[in-house]
Amino acid sequence: MIRLKVNGADRTYDGDPDMPLLWYLRDELGLTGTKYGCGMGLCGACTVHVNGKAVRSCSTSMSTASGKNVTTIEAIATRGLHPVQSAWIETNVPQCGYCQSGQIMQAVALLNGNKKPTDGDIDEIMSGNICRCGTYQRIRAAIKAAAKETA
Amino acid sequence: MSMIENVSRRGFLKGVVSTGAFVLSVKVLPQAAWGAVDTESTGTSQAFNRAVLHPDLFLAVDTDGTAYIIAHRSEMGTTSRTSLPLIVADELDADWKRVKIEQAIGDERYGSQDTDGSHSVREFFESMRVAGATGRLMLVRAAAQQWGVPESECSTDLHAVVHNKSNRRADYGQLVTGASKLAVPKKEELQLKQPSQWRYIGKGMPSYDIAAICTGKAEYGMDTKLEGMLYASIEHPPVLGGKVKSYDDKAPLQVRGVRHVIPIDPFTPPHEYQPLGGVAVLADNTWAAFQGRKKLNVSWDNGPNASYTSDEYRKQLQQTARQPGKVAREIGNVDTEFGKGGKVVEAEYYAPHLSHAPMEPPVALADYRDGQVFVWASTQNPQQVQTSISKAVGVPKEKVICRVPLLGGGFGRKSKPDYAVEAAVLSKKTGRPVKVVWKREDDIQFDYFHSVAAMYMKAALGENGRPTAWLQRSVFPPIASTFVAGATYGGPGDLGQGFSDIPFDLPNLRVENGPAQNHVRIGWFRSVANIYHAFGVQSFANELAHAANQDSVEYLLALIGPDRVLPKERAMPNYGAAYEKYPFDTARLRRVTEIAAEKAGWGKRKLGKGYGMGIAAHRSFLTYVATVVAAEVTSDGDVRIHEVNTAVDAGTVVNPDTLRSQFEGAAVFGTSLAMFSEITAKDGVIEQTNFHQYLVSRMNQAPRRTNIHIVESSAPPAGVGEPGVPPFAPALCNAIFAATGKRIRELPISKTNLSA
Repeated sequence: MIRLKVNGADRTYDGDPDMPLLWYLRDELGLTGTKYGCGMGLCGACTVHVNGKAVRSCSTSMSTASGKNVTTIEAIATRGLHPVQSAWIETNVPQCGYCQSGQIMQAVALLNGNKKPTDGDIDEIMSGNICRCGTYQRIRAAIKAAAKETA
Repeated sequence: MSMIENVSRRGFLKGVVSTGAFVLSVKVLPQAAWGAVDTESTGTSQAFNRAVLHPDLFLAVDTDGTAYIIAHRSEMGTTSRTSLPLIVADELDADWKRVKIEQAIGDERYGSQDTDGSHSVREFFESMRVAGATGRLMLVRAAAQQWGVPESECSTDLHAVVHNKSNRRADYGQLVTGASKLAVPKKEELQLKQPSQWRYIGKGMPSYDIAAICTGKAEYGMDTKLEGMLYASIEHPPVLGGKVKSYDDKAPLQVRGVRHVIPIDPFTPPHEYQPLGGVAVLADNTWAAFQGRKKLNVSWDNGPNASYTSDEYRKQLQQTARQPGKVAREIGNVDTEFGKGGKVVEAEYYAPHLSHAPMEPPVALADYRDGQVFVWASTQNPQQVQTSISKAVGVPKEKVICRVPLLGGGFGRKSKPDYAVEAAVLSKKTGRPVKVVWKREDDIQFDYFHSVAAMYMKAALGENGRPTAWLQRSVFPPIASTFVAGATYGGPGDLGQGFSDIPFDLPNLRVENGPAQNHVRIGWFRSVANIYHAFGVQSFANELAHAANQDSVEYLLALIGPDRVLPKERAMPNYGAAYEKYPFDTARLRRVTEIAAEKAGWGKRKLGKGYGMGIAAHRSFLTYVATVVAAEVTSDGDVRIHEVNTAVDAGTVVNPDTLRSQFEGAAVFGTSLAMFSEITAKDGVIEQTNFHQYLVSRMNQAPRRTNIHIVESSAPPAGVGEPGVPPFAPALCNAIFAATGKRIRELPISKTNLSA
């Protein structure tokens, strides 16, 4: 029996311990804001926070998640919108939007650890997240706007 | 939480098919837009159906003033779902905050729902305006009648009708009951707004779904769910046309959660949108289905396409391109001119297969029940979903009810609903709702690939360095091969994408096309044949500029030549648009070229060692685009794209920020296909499986800065989603030549060693 916390709620799981956290969140809990993109940790669409750190839920097994505290896009704002979400809306970042949950979770983690990221910092942390629509320029602008907001 | 949980299956059925649903009287729906008063099968919500005023197929207004507007085309990031309703709202003079958008099901009564070819606004601009204006006139008439004043004295002001003389004002909600008793006005009675009166057109609005997207609440095809559904993952034949010889139907069932192992019949050629065949594993969750698949141990009969190997194939295509082909366009006589001797330049270009790789792989959920199929598909073309499923499972088309959640990207892949057919076939076989989820590996290996292409170009240069004769050939397995087994020649549609419509001022021109047999499925990919044609034509134009020792921009402008409208036969088929409305006007191409060059500081900026600028100009999907790329090539051969300046004349623009974001995105999409992306086959099997092998641009590889310059225009609206892509790769290659003197004749650029 695996115990973990998801968005503040205690959960137990007794299925295949090798199942990635992604599919537990999506198929078992119905938290579909976290997306499947590659299944190999290559695209970042599935990014969630585990104990406050951005991880790829497609490559994090349930046994690894055991005992941990998981936060998904659905609960990243304590109330209303997280400043990163507001900046995303303000900058009109998304096109299709499918990758943006992962982008936002990655950006929140970046700003949690670095209040004033440079272009280089942003590139380094965000280049693991693919956006096939190509919204990178706006993602960078939104991160800077959110940094200003939270500074 | 999700759409489908909200609209429970029972609720969905009630809204869509139950006989007890609210039936509108002819009075309420005076135009009888649906033919018979048949809102039960329209798939619109009860709120839409119950709204009092139905002036048009696309619009309903209720007594609380809510305007329900139908979005009948798919949303994959180009804002069709927002921008088309926005046009209705503008002509209705509605308050956007009081608009609710409803996504249409697939239904031919809406007209084309195939969200491709960058034609959503182009094709529906007028009908959206008519829908809104019809509603507005009915509301005005109702107010005039109620107040006993002439209709001509009334006007509208943000969701209200006003009569200034008597200082009266009525909200739309107060007027719908009266309006619903009026006859629907004829189109000739409508007064469309003057452009100066537009409230939203030309200003735009953010996506209707932006908040839902940014909070993880938006529902994509991947997120759909039905009670009791099974998740399916399918092992497809590794080679196109391959068949299952044997497989283990027991071992997958040992995996916890796996319920069924079901073979899927191979297709009958031509493959069209039929399933590829293979073996499906169905389980209680996605992961179990993926795990079960690993135990199938399928052995295959690969068939004749197992001969397909990209290196060999490329040599064949290049050989074909060196031979005379079928003539697609001819002006004057190039042979006579080449026979005269003088300076002749020749070049060959090559571009590989590409995979669409939308971030959401193909996915569809189907529920076959009682001779009907309910399907939620991440699709660009819900009517094709109906047609294809109808054929595959033997129910009438109208019994296939296709809902369209948001698409996690499409780029043309999701115009082809083979995966939705798979879901319907499996649901019929199991009696359960089935969601088919393609893994990324399935998506990349079993795509309808963008065609590989080889081109041969030859020009004779006159005294002034300009071409006196121009011969160009392109050879590619055509998209037609998806529909006609053995089709080998490109059609006017393929060649009219940047090749036979070459706009240069040339006294002698011949455009040819050679045959190529397909060995994989070929399909539309964002901007389609324009990608390789613009790469060939715009690179060659730049080669000639250098051969003539002339400035690249000046030379390109000279090639475009004097301002003129190309003869109709030169530009056909013109993306299916009427030539009188959308002529190929070279002045517009010249203008974007001049603007892009000027904004980039062409010839004015001091460029350091290893830096270069390149330009390309191209009309596609009726939109005129020029792009200047400023790039640096380091001594290690790394390419850094510092700045992109793109000038765009897309005619009337509904949503300018959509245009900007589409063209910013096109620069990134263009970077991917120019720099890294390539699909290759060996023994009929695609060699790339996931993003570690099929490379697409990441943030650190994308252009550092992309500036979009919109040309103000009152011309009819043209395309926005695709036309940014074609000029990017040649502009970058021309920049690399300017920086290094190395000419890229093959994509992706990563194949050429650029280190000093």
